[in-house]
Amino acid sequence: MIKFERFEWVAIAIMISLFIFVGIIQGWSVSLVILNMCIISAIMTMGVNISWGYAGVINFGVMGFLAMGGLAAVIVSYPPITESWQVGGRGLGISFILLVILVIAVMYINKIVKQKKNRYLLNTIVIFFGILVIRHFYLNATDNIEDINPAIAGFLGGLGLPIIFSWIVGGFFAAGVAFIIGKVALGLRSDYLAIVTLGISEIVVSVLKHEEWLSRGVKNVIGLKRPVPYEIDLQNTDWFINLVTYLNSSKLNNIIDPTEKQQFLNNLIIDGSGIFVKLSYAILFLIVMLIIFYFANKAQLSPWGRMMRAIRDNETAANAMGKDVVKQHLIIFVIGAAIVGVAGAMLVTLDGLFTPSGYRPLRFTFIIWIMVIVGGSGNNLGAIFGGFVIWFSWIEAAPLTTFIINQLTAGLEPTNALKLHLLDSVPYFRYLFMGIILLLILRYRPKGIIPEKIRHS
Amino acid sequence: MIDFLNSIVVLLNFIIIPGISYGSQLALGALGVTFVYAILRFANFAHGEIMSFGAMITILFTWFFQSQNINLGIFPTALLALPIGIVATIILCIISDKFVFQYYRYQKSVPVVLAMVSIGVMFVINAIIRIIIGTETIKFSDGQKFIMKAKQFKVMTGLNEGLALKSSQVITILITIALLTFTFWFLQKTKTGKSMRAFSDNEDLALLSGINPDRVVFTTWIIVGVLACVAGTLYGLDKSYKPIIYLNLVLPIFASAIVGGIGNPFGAVVGGYVIAFSEIMVTYAYKKFFVYLLPSPLEPTGLVQLLSTDYKFAVSFSILVIVLLIRPSGIFKGRVL
Repeated sequence: MIKFERFEWVAIAIMISLFIFVGIIQGWSVSLVILNMCIISAIMTMGVNISWGYAGVINFGVMGFLAMGGLAAVIVSYPPITESWQVGGRGLGISFILLVILVIAVMYINKIVKQKKNRYLLNTIVIFFGILVIRHFYLNATDNIEDINPAIAGFLGGLGLPIIFSWIVGGFFAAGVAFIIGKVALGLRSDYLAIVTLGISEIVVSVLKHEEWLSRGVKNVIGLKRPVPYEIDLQNTDWFINLVTYLNSSKLNNIIDPTEKQQFLNNLIIDGSGIFVKLSYAILFLIVMLIIFYFANKAQLSPWGRMMRAIRDNETAANAMGKDVVKQHLIIFVIGAAIVGVAGAMLVTLDGLFTPSGYRPLRFTFIIWIMVIVGGSGNNLGAIFGGFVIWFSWIEAAPLTTFIINQLTAGLEPTNALKLHLLDSVPYFRYLFMGIILLLILRYRPKGIIPEKIRHS
Repeated sequence: MIDFLNSIVVLLNFIIIPGISYGSQLALGALGVTFVYAILRFANFAHGEIMSFGAMITILFTWFFQSQNINLGIFPTALLALPIGIVATIILCIISDKFVFQYYRYQKSVPVVLAMVSIGVMFVINAIIRIIIGTETIKFSDGQKFIMKAKQFKVMTGLNEGLALKSSQVITILITIALLTFTFWFLQKTKTGKSMRAFSDNEDLALLSGINPDRVVFTTWIIVGVLACVAGTLYGLDKSYKPIIYLNLVLPIFASAIVGGIGNPFGAVVGGYVIAFSEIMVTYAYKKFFVYLLPSPLEPTGLVQLLSTDYKFAVSFSILVIVLLIRPSGIFKGRVL
């Protein structure tokens, strides 16, 4: 069983009290919105932490894996568009089969032709002409698909299943991409690997942005089905109205005038439905987070986790002990990416829309890495803590900066140019905070706020 | 014959000249990354933001000069402000080294930690830039915009196709040649340059023969500052300044440095042009070119475009991946300065 030390209990208490504090000051709705994003961030952070903290495999492709998770949410939950399948399904099928043939051909050439120069030449020729042939079928099919009702459809649609399944599918999608990346890039030195994964994640996102038949591209997919009830339905459901009435019965009894009472109750129901929806999300997310946390911890304490630490701390020695370092690196890279993919699907579920152009490295790769470093690499609770604290400060930085600027420039007139300029640039101060937090942590607490426990067993 | 000339002009106008100017900007950026990599031994993610910072200071002083009615006639005023931008960028580099990077160098931290640190620096500089100048797109090129307009060229030569030559492109190419010549001369001929090469090649031996590491690092940051500021300003001059763009530019710059062979300055320059040309060539629609070149029955019906322009960034990375797979040390063998 997982045992927390006193310090870790303090960290958990801090996290909880932050949300209660915000709930009291800014309202429970705001607090729950932040909490939901915090939980998703914590899951992303755990994903990165598993590959980086356990085995020292760097993964800067967070953004790409998140986008793959998002794509899974679309493909699983969006109702299928039969017309698109009719006009383009065959062409896509043919091009897919051709692609498989091409890949097999290239692998065959690599196996048969031994001389390096001939091999490259042959590969180039085969790939070039293969792509020309595939493009012919592919472009026809995609053009047809994109022409169908472009204002609301124009893509293949999905399977029409409940979106909650996509959380698992998202993990598999991300794992698939990670497997290919890992096969290609994992032999590289860590900082090369960082650059290459960052670059490949850019490629993944640009594919999602521009292949409209698959993901509607920059036109975005909106109106994804929710796993939780809609506010408007809740407001007309008897049990929910009764629940709100019961919870606020003392306040309601104080109001004597019946119309005023009804008015007050309606307001309560509208507020309550919003909070109820966010709370249900929070509970779902929390369950996923706890499951991942439980298994991540269990894995870390298992012999497999010990082997991972051995590989991280001394690759040569681990190799000499007969551990297949390359294979284990690939495995842990794929597992980490899969968890990030789960988080990506959850993110799209929460928003109810998929916007490929919203995936930017600053927001979805570097911030996640700051969470990992700040929380403490190699410690799952640290990862969760980092996710919570950093996302919290990312959101609360804006009101805090406004407050500070107002205090500092209190002596200036309200129309002062400097003051106005500073107030205009409030949203950018959060980057400054993030950078400074990262630099301070790296300098004075390089193992993170909750460092990895050293186990002598 | 006329058709042949026309097709050549099409290539020149849409591929070669833009390729050379974009390649020069990438080459200067990649050279900066390579210097940091060879001497300080880490991948500097903040390089794009350093470039952006230099460009920003240059823009601020360009505005100042413009308001004072100081200009260079047909040349952009930015050239006058560039030296000030360079000095500011060097100061930024040295401050970031003194307060941030130096500590980890003395600690002998692993390169990954330094890369993380550079991400922190990236965030801070990024924030400073956005707070000072916002996120709007800024056009700051003035003076004569074109050396030769497409129309003039048509009238001059009587060809169907025009060849436009922007002054920013010519300035980019000239400054790049001058700067590259100076850098390579510095590395090959001067004593400091030689000590930098020695330091990069074998740190222990260099220290043993009495080379002062702090001095080498200091010189490196000066060179990096100059290169970054010039590259950033030229990019902004050519394509208009946009703070967000520079973060995206880091990736092609890294790609150039690695493709050419990281740590090898000559490789970085070549890599810059390789990346720039492949980005442009793979995403260019060759229809016009083939229409001129081929007899009419063979003329292509489609755009004859390998990939849509949306995949510009993807191209540079595919090349990076291919190069790393086939020849991990880059085109020229990396890791020697």
